[in-house]
Amino acid sequence: MSLILENIDHVVGASTHIEGVSLELAPGSFNVLLGRTLAGKTTLMRLMAGLEAPTHGKVMMHGRDVTGVPVRKRNVSMVYQQFINYPTLSVFDNIASPLQLARVDKQEIRRRVHETAEMLHIEHLLDRFPLELSGGQQQRTAMGRALVKDAELILFDEPLVNLDYKLREEFRDELRELFKAKNCIAVYATTEPNEALALGGHTAVLHEGRLLQYGRTEDVYHRPRDILTAEMFSEPPINVMPGLVSGSEVSFDDTLYFPVDEVFSRLDPGAYHFGVRASHISLSRLHPTDLEVEVTVELSEISGSETFLHVRNDIFSLVLHLGGVHRFETDQRITVFLPTHKMYAFDQHGAIVHVPSHRGGR
Amino acid sequence: MVNKVYNNRAWLLVLPMLALVAFSAIIPLMTVVNYSVQDVFDANTRFFTGIEWFERTLNDAGLQAALLRQFAFSFTVLAIQVPLGIGIALLMPKRGWQASAVLILITLPLLIPWNVVGSIWQIFTRGDIGLMGVGLRELGYGYNITRNPVDAWATIVLMDVWHWTPLIALLCYSGLRSIPEAYYQAARIDRASKWAVFRYIQLPKLTNVLVIGVLLRFMHSFMIYAEPFVLTGGGPGSSTTFLSQSLATMAIGQQDLGPSAAFSLIYFLIILLVCWVFYTAIMNMQKDKAERGGV
Repeated sequence: MSLILENIDHVVGASTHIEGVSLELAPGSFNVLLGRTLAGKTTLMRLMAGLEAPTHGKVMMHGRDVTGVPVRKRNVSMVYQQFINYPTLSVFDNIASPLQLARVDKQEIRRRVHETAEMLHIEHLLDRFPLELSGGQQQRTAMGRALVKDAELILFDEPLVNLDYKLREEFRDELRELFKAKNCIAVYATTEPNEALALGGHTAVLHEGRLLQYGRTEDVYHRPRDILTAEMFSEPPINVMPGLVSGSEVSFDDTLYFPVDEVFSRLDPGAYHFGVRASHISLSRLHPTDLEVEVTVELSEISGSETFLHVRNDIFSLVLHLGGVHRFETDQRITVFLPTHKMYAFDQHGAIVHVPSHRGGR
Repeated sequence: MVNKVYNNRAWLLVLPMLALVAFSAIIPLMTVVNYSVQDVFDANTRFFTGIEWFERTLNDAGLQAALLRQFAFSFTVLAIQVPLGIGIALLMPKRGWQASAVLILITLPLLIPWNVVGSIWQIFTRGDIGLMGVGLRELGYGYNITRNPVDAWATIVLMDVWHWTPLIALLCYSGLRSIPEAYYQAARIDRASKWAVFRYIQLPKLTNVLVIGVLLRFMHSFMIYAEPFVLTGGGPGSSTTFLSQSLATMAIGQQDLGPSAAFSLIYFLIILLVCWVFYTAIMNMQKDKAERGGV
């Protein structure tokens, strides 16, 4: 029971929506499609479902070629960003609709609808109509419709975007629990790196219709294949600074350098890009090898109980992701500390050449 | 105790509106009421008749027949136009140049003046030069709208369907366009049949526009005048004489101002009553639904 995409292209008119995507999703796996708007997440899902056929390439389900097989002949279900339910049917009938269409026995329908509703905590709402419910409850109903029929493939197209922040967290936790027991393939599209991390499972990072990397979510996060993947899979995007490795030191310019340790000494001398995550930069020295950098504050954004601080010096600009609320004045001179032991290094083509060993923290 | 200050100046603000309504509706209507209760001979000679004209109108066998004919006509055209309009709207292309082309083609009949529609069909159905008239005769059917009441009826119904089905189709088309694509996708994934998509996704979205469409079409068809007047002149006999034409004959042909005034009021009240009943029924239906949560 696996879903395999083989070298899929999808071209509409003159524009290529999906280019050369190959992907193998294991049975019972929970997969996140991570990418910005227009990265091709929805298109890829539509191709997986059979709502559309790829221009080139093959789609295999349990070893059977289903490339041209329309969605009606497959066993898939999908949950959308909008809350999609039949407005004139009760919650019960909405959830029951796929089973009724499949002519399942009445007794069995009743049992499965109740079981699914209970799982989603909407069993007390079965007699109501979708528009009487809150957004979260409407989406639960839509999920009920998707879950009730034991589909082989369940697709979630940014299902939590229209819900408030608290509900989203609740939903995410429940979703992970729900799918632990199931043997279907779940695919979940999102634009938010943090959502991908919270959901766990496997993650495929998409960018402009191409698959950048696929693997276990933490692995992709900790060991991005290249700069682009690292940028896509971090919010705010990872900071990238051009630098030089010589025999004894890593330098960003004449005044800003640090001695190579046993890790960086393994790199051939030359030009590299060094990456450091926004959340790893601190305002005080946390480690003896931290690199001290004088910078100017450009912008400070407070979001909830977090502060995003945009700073720059003559060579590069950085974004800091600080916990708590901090006040800074524009043009204020401050000192920040870059943890050299948490730095990534990429070569001139963007490919990763050094991954820091990670112990705790993102 | 709260001392409320009553400010009667608010009434002043209502005055302009009152004046406008007086000129646009109340005064013309009162003129008709005035005529309906008097027998007017000339500017100086008139007699008060009370409800005599109303009694005479209500008991007039010809008018009763015209009223029945009128209801039959309205129900017939509605019964054809509503399903047909929905059907056309469902078949119309959704996007691209085809959508624009079909929209323009469909709208054309709506832009033709009533009299012209009558003339077009009058010529179209003529036995000597009309395409349909000659065509049907060639096929062996003795089609003649001036002799055969069934032919005349069928032709008037056909003409009205041609003229006004586009209105229903356009209303439904706009209703259908407001359904997000994701609903259709979800239905495909659920393996819902075309009928289920229509019944549970499209029709619920169409109820609102259909209420407006049916109301408009009922009023229109109940007041139909110019088209049958030009096409059949109400004949053969009085088989296609509807209420408006009876009224015109009475008021202009025979100059029976009193009875026609009474008739006008009754005519007006019937339309008002039917629309009110229909509207209330639909609104109650929707309220029930809203209480149950549907739309």
